[in-house]
Amino acid sequence: MNPIPLVAVAGNPNAGKSALFNALTGARQKVGNYPGVTVERKSGRLMLADGRPVEMVDLPGAYSLDPASPDEAVTRDVLFGRQKGERQPDALVIVLDASNLDNHLRFALQLIELGLPTIVALNMVDLAKRDGLDLDAKRLEQELGVPVVETVAVRRRGIAELQTALDDMLSAPRCPAHRGAPSDLLHLQRRARELATAAVLRESPVRRWTHRLDSILLHPVAGLLILAVILFVMFQAVFAWSQLPAGWIQDGFDALASLTTSILPPGLLRSLIVDGVIGGVGAVVVFLPQILILFFFILLLEGTGYMVRAAFLMDKLMHWAGLSGRSFIPLLSSFACAVPGIMSTRTIDDPKDRLTTILIAPLMTCSARLPVYTLIIAAFIPARSVGYGIGLQGLVMFGLYIAGVWGAMLAALILRRTVVRGGGGAFMMELPKYQLPAAKDVVIGLLTRAQIFLKRAGTIILGTTVILWALASIPQAAPGQKQSDVSIAGKIASGIEVVVRPIGFNHDIAMALLPAMAAREVAVSAIGTVYSIDSPDDATQAKTLSERLRNAWPLPTALAFLAWFVFAPQCISTIAVTRRETNGWKWPLFMVSYLFALAYLAAGLTYWTATALGL
Amino acid sequence: MQRGHYSNLQPLMIISRKMNAPFKPESLSLDQLKVGTRAHVDSIDWDALEHSEACRLRHFGFDEGVAVEPLHLGPFGRDPLAIRVGRMTVAIRRAHARAVRVTPA
Repeated sequence: MNPIPLVAVAGNPNAGKSALFNALTGARQKVGNYPGVTVERKSGRLMLADGRPVEMVDLPGAYSLDPASPDEAVTRDVLFGRQKGERQPDALVIVLDASNLDNHLRFALQLIELGLPTIVALNMVDLAKRDGLDLDAKRLEQELGVPVVETVAVRRRGIAELQTALDDMLSAPRCPAHRGAPSDLLHLQRRARELATAAVLRESPVRRWTHRLDSILLHPVAGLLILAVILFVMFQAVFAWSQLPAGWIQDGFDALASLTTSILPPGLLRSLIVDGVIGGVGAVVVFLPQILILFFFILLLEGTGYMVRAAFLMDKLMHWAGLSGRSFIPLLSSFACAVPGIMSTRTIDDPKDRLTTILIAPLMTCSARLPVYTLIIAAFIPARSVGYGIGLQGLVMFGLYIAGVWGAMLAALILRRTVVRGGGGAFMMELPKYQLPAAKDVVIGLLTRAQIFLKRAGTIILGTTVILWALASIPQAAPGQKQSDVSIAGKIASGIEVVVRPIGFNHDIAMALLPAMAAREVAVSAIGTVYSIDSPDDATQAKTLSERLRNAWPLPTALAFLAWFVFAPQCISTIAVTRRETNGWKWPLFMVSYLFALAYLAAGLTYWTATALGL
Repeated sequence: MQRGHYSNLQPLMIISRKMNAPFKPESLSLDQLKVGTRAHVDSIDWDALEHSEACRLRHFGFDEGVAVEPLHLGPFGRDPLAIRVGRMTVAIRRAHARAVRVTPA
């Protein structure tokens, strides 16, 4: 029996390819990576009218078969049957933006020359009409020699017709693919322009709507203000709206944990299930609200076409750090949490810009640092004004944020000149037409992100949580002994202590550093455990802890501890998601090493300076 | 005098051959073009661009004779530029726009 036919969907970026793919395959999609590269492979199933399945694969958007990016190289290799992990497609669906034919037809002509059975989807015909462009699809069909179907993928129009055409094509007897000498790009471009002119019935001035909107949204003053408002709402949402559902998830897992505790007899098994497994799964799921909220905004910004405008506005600023405007939103998102921030770097086309952005994203002060900062600042920084109504505590907090941003910019500059050198840094992109994204496409996008996070990062996070649990629980303490002293983690902490002693860290801090790898805020409860504070109320606990710390730690140690947390990659989830997004352990290991080195240096400099100043 | 004049012309001829277009006094680079001014591309100095950048510009449809028009400028240092090419609008940096020679229509 023949394998299921494989149909590739190809087209220029911004041709509406993903919406068309969603319309054809529905929500059941498989997302993975092509082997050896960080290019996403998206596939799904389509059922023909008689129930025969067709496998569809959504090829990365490309302008031509001469690749200018790794994405385009994958598209070319799949089409030539040279891509590892993919067989050569049996047929092609080419997606064209109807109002951009003179440009998009060039790639279409190149693809038709491949000789595979091909259908052309003349997409976004509604937007073309809105722009005063009437097209002759029949004429285009004659000229191209392949079926042309008019579609509006986001509104699911023309999809049935496209399926019928696909059915006819796959049912027709297969002719062996002929492949003549490829035409050169310039020739194709000129032919494309002739065809585009021939297919146009009526034309009025271009893209009035988009142009009008752009003169507001790209305005040097108004545009920046609007961007600031949008980002403020988005940042607030990720930061604040996620608190409530994240709290429910936390409560749910806490309830589950106490239920399990009451059922199972005390012992290692109960501890494994409650602290290891339930705690670990909870640690994964608790990120979902933030990821979903952030991606809701990002999908909206991408879908409407605004994302590229934001990148346009911020490009110059990011360029100073050796990056491009595309890095701005992922980095800003990392102020809430680096996990969704790093996941959103997929919107950066350039692989080197993307890698640099991933590597510096953990330096943005995420919300998990706040409990640590709050605790230490409350304990050691006097709550007095420095004048003009500015409080010293707030000033220190602000300074910690700024330290992270400056650290990130500096790191980007150095990385771009050393390990992530060359190429990239360019900013060349299409400003697509504005349009309203379909709710269904946003939902599918959200599901995909959630699935990727839970499957790929979730397993690593869960695994390491269990390992951290094991280190802290084995061997079990005999009565009268402190668990934290006898456990493997305790032994490791003694080793850590030797290393961190020169930067002013004491035994308590060394004990807290390992568990804080699970998440930074765990450092607070870990220190709490060291001081044997067991209060049901977080607020009272923090207050008592503050007082104890004030008496136990010298000021230079506290300041060094703050400096450490500005830089230290104390977050398994970030490391796991970096592994997933860079497709290997090389870059996460590099990231962890350079950030720990930075943290050590920063904490050390702070400690030595503070000691020298006699603080 | 005659000789000196000739040797002065020599580099100019090399440049114009490389740019593949006759020298025109009104020709300027795309980054000097005022917003809202339509122009035609005379020539593109492909050698001034990296391979992937040159590819991308070509993919955007930049070619001799194509109509272009700067539409918007970035808020910081008037960089990058939003340029209409055919029916498309693309964003490129000032440094890359410098490689494109145009004649205002």
